Amino acid sequence: MSTLLQVSGLKKQFGGVKATDDVNIEVIKGELHAIIGPNGAGKTTLISQLSGAVRPDSGSIIFKGRNITNRPAHTRAKLGITRSFQITSLIMSMSVLDNVALAVQAHDGHSFKLFKPARKVTHLRENALKTLQQVGLENRADEPASALSHGEHRQLELAIALASSAEMMLLDEPMAGLGPEESTTMINFLKTLKGQKTILLIEHDMDAVFALADRISVLVYGKIIATGKPDEIRANDDVRHAYLGEE
Amino acid sequence: MDYTLLFVQVINGVQLGLLLFLVASGLTLVFGILDFVNLAHGSIYMIGAFICASLTFYLGNFLLAVLVALPLTGLVGYAIERFVARKLYEKDHLDHVLGTFGLILVLDTSAHLIWGPEGISVPLPLWLDGQVEIFEGAVIPTFRLLIIATGLGVAGGLVWLVNYTRLGMLIRAGASNRTMVSALGIDIKTLFALVFALGSMMAGLAGMLISPITEASIGMGGQIIITAFVVIIVGGIGSMKGAFIAAIIIGLIDTLGRAFLDSLFELVMSENAAETAAPAVSAMMIYILMAVILAVRPQGLFPPKVR
Amino acid sequence: MNIIGKITIAGMLILAIVPPVLLLSGQAFYMDLATRLVILGIGAVSLNLILGFGGMVSFGHAAFIGLGAYAVGIPAYHATYGEFEMVASYNGLFHIALAVGFSALFALFTGAISLRTKGVYFIMITMAFGQMAYYFFLSLDVYGGDDGLTIDVRSELPLINLDSPMQLYGLSYVSLLIAMLLVNRIVNSRFGMVLQGTKGNAERMATLGYNTYYYQLLAYVISGAMCGYAGFLLGNFTTFISPDMMHWTRSGELMFMVILGGASTALGPILGSSLFILLEEILSSFTIYWHLPFGLLLILVVLFIRGGLMGLFKSKSGELK
Repeated sequence: MSTLLQVSGLKKQFGGVKATDDVNIEVIKGELHAIIGPNGAGKTTLISQLSGAVRPDSGSIIFKGRNITNRPAHTRAKLGITRSFQITSLIMSMSVLDNVALAVQAHDGHSFKLFKPARKVTHLRENALKTLQQVGLENRADEPASALSHGEHRQLELAIALASSAEMMLLDEPMAGLGPEESTTMINFLKTLKGQKTILLIEHDMDAVFALADRISVLVYGKIIATGKPDEIRANDDVRHAYLGEE
Repeated sequence: MDYTLLFVQVINGVQLGLLLFLVASGLTLVFGILDFVNLAHGSIYMIGAFICASLTFYLGNFLLAVLVALPLTGLVGYAIERFVARKLYEKDHLDHVLGTFGLILVLDTSAHLIWGPEGISVPLPLWLDGQVEIFEGAVIPTFRLLIIATGLGVAGGLVWLVNYTRLGMLIRAGASNRTMVSALGIDIKTLFALVFALGSMMAGLAGMLISPITEASIGMGGQIIITAFVVIIVGGIGSMKGAFIAAIIIGLIDTLGRAFLDSLFELVMSENAAETAAPAVSAMMIYILMAVILAVRPQGLFPPKVR
Repeated sequence: MNIIGKITIAGMLILAIVPPVLLLSGQAFYMDLATRLVILGIGAVSLNLILGFGGMVSFGHAAFIGLGAYAVGIPAYHATYGEFEMVASYNGLFHIALAVGFSALFALFTGAISLRTKGVYFIMITMAFGQMAYYFFLSLDVYGGDDGLTIDVRSELPLINLDSPMQLYGLSYVSLLIAMLLVNRIVNSRFGMVLQGTKGNAERMATLGYNTYYYQLLAYVISGAMCGYAGFLLGNFTTFISPDMMHWTRSGELMFMVILGGASTALGPILGSSLFILLEEILSSFTIYWHLPFGLLLILVVLFIRGGLMGLFKSKSGELK
């Protein structure tokens, strides 16, 4: 059991609001680590700092033994961290397959090839299509991303994260806005990923979290108040008090 | 070094800077609050000059003409906001640029139709037409001092507006955010029209003040607008303080460059070469300054707070 | 083949056939018009690469046309009047190399700074850099400054005589075709996919591991070089060059051609430049105040026509929802 991602003393302040307040998290290689917390706890801000979209004020982020605290997003992606977005972030004007193919191409390289038609590069297309099959979107491959439903957008977000072959996936509420049936499909799919990928999952859906997570961290007002196995979290008084329970 | 000449040129530079600030502050105000890029801002500067020129002849007094022309220019700005700009807010910046580019053609040709192709020179009242000797040899036209006083006055007024009024509160908040503005219980449409008209009046005022020195002419807007852009880029788009400081810096650099660069170049090259190179380099100086500042600070000297 | 493809081929065929036929039947004026249209079309195609496909709203593109034109004018001037032997030449290939090389360099320098910024900053900075080039040539008295520079001898190319209107048109037309094919290849390549992806969602592209800056910069340089080549042709066509070719309003016109015809389509820029130049001709024959209706028209286009003329065709054929 080795540590893949080590976050220490991370702080980020927006105006007077402490969005991230001395956060320490250790993610072990291969685990599915969930972060839960009430609205406004700073979950997305945390993910954004890990992916490189937002710079922390202080603290450090170590990934595979390398300090990436001040690296830009694209170098982190090259090192093997990818993220999905809570608010769907796709290239709407491009086809579903193109969206995924760009993720495949990102680690395939040769992106400065100027003249050879990209859509005729078979291994890019095939790998992209394979990933679409995994999430069950292969039938929509040639449609523009804008034509997809909300649920399908969530699936496509996940397909892109998968296709980038990153070792670590930061998933920001993949279940957001999904119906019960779609959620079940998504949970089952995430289960199949367990063990293959290291996943840091942010999720509101408690059933999903307790069904999936190996370990859970609870984030409240920018602070991690507890980390542990699902059972330990369920039993933790602080957590019950601050968040889970007594509604 | 001729310090008297240097002094006179510094005064000229400050005066140019303050005129630039009048134009640039309107641009940055409109952008900061409305998130709207207005290429036609220079045309409003021109319209202000023409209206004032006509009124000077009609009323027989330049200062009176300025006082009447100001609200009229504001009205033109209001009309532009009402009939064109308002419809563009919802669209992206590319559409703003293209739409207001069309607007320039319309405004400039309208000016051509109304005032003819020739420029109009504007006579000053006698007491303003003279010169003041600050110290031995340093003679400054009285009118330039008036421009400086007016520019400083408007800048002071803006400081008051930005820091001590409700409108200013919105400006400081960088309130291009409609929901926030309406949450404060303000009629957005009126606020936007008001801001636009205010920006137009300031551009118009700059046009009025420059017209006795150069003249009111069709091409004047197209020249100043780019320099005004450079000012707000260097200052940080949306920042009033940035616009003021950048305007003064650019006014000084441009004026001093044109005045002294050739003698500076003659120190290191032949007189002939200096005469060729100096105008070319001084014409590019403000852009080089912009490039250098942006290479170090892509968001300008005073980037607005998180928008 | 879809309707857009058909229209594109039809349009290019018309441009291949009609102007030469008109010239042979004694209508030299229309040939002039067509030559200007095709040359500006190359400029618009090059702008479309970064504006339409790359989402970079460059407002200084006319500077490249001017650089290209001066790359013909300055060597020719020295070949005629002496001095500055180093560049004095009538050799067209040398002119092309200068035009493309200097445009690429200027694009590299201005792009490297401009692309560090986004949105409105980018629009204004490219505009300012364009004006910088304008003022530079305006204050160069050696080459006429404000008054411009007359090219006494056109570029000398192997096999082609640019003094012949037909051959100049032929070269321009073929160049346009090549430019269109080139842009088409580029935007569909791996590089082009990254470029279009960056236009669609730059944050997403960064998250995938692309350093979007370098992709945009390369596209900007290619586009500038291509536009510089159009300037080489324009200089040879007008045989008179002046800083006015680089004025920011010229850049605005170039942008309008792209948007009017339909950005990020192959034929759009050509349609746009055709319509633009025809409108200019027709309106200006009625009144010297033609900029007034022209400006109103531009405003209306921005307010009401999405995706330009090609957009209209697409929605007619039901391809667009």
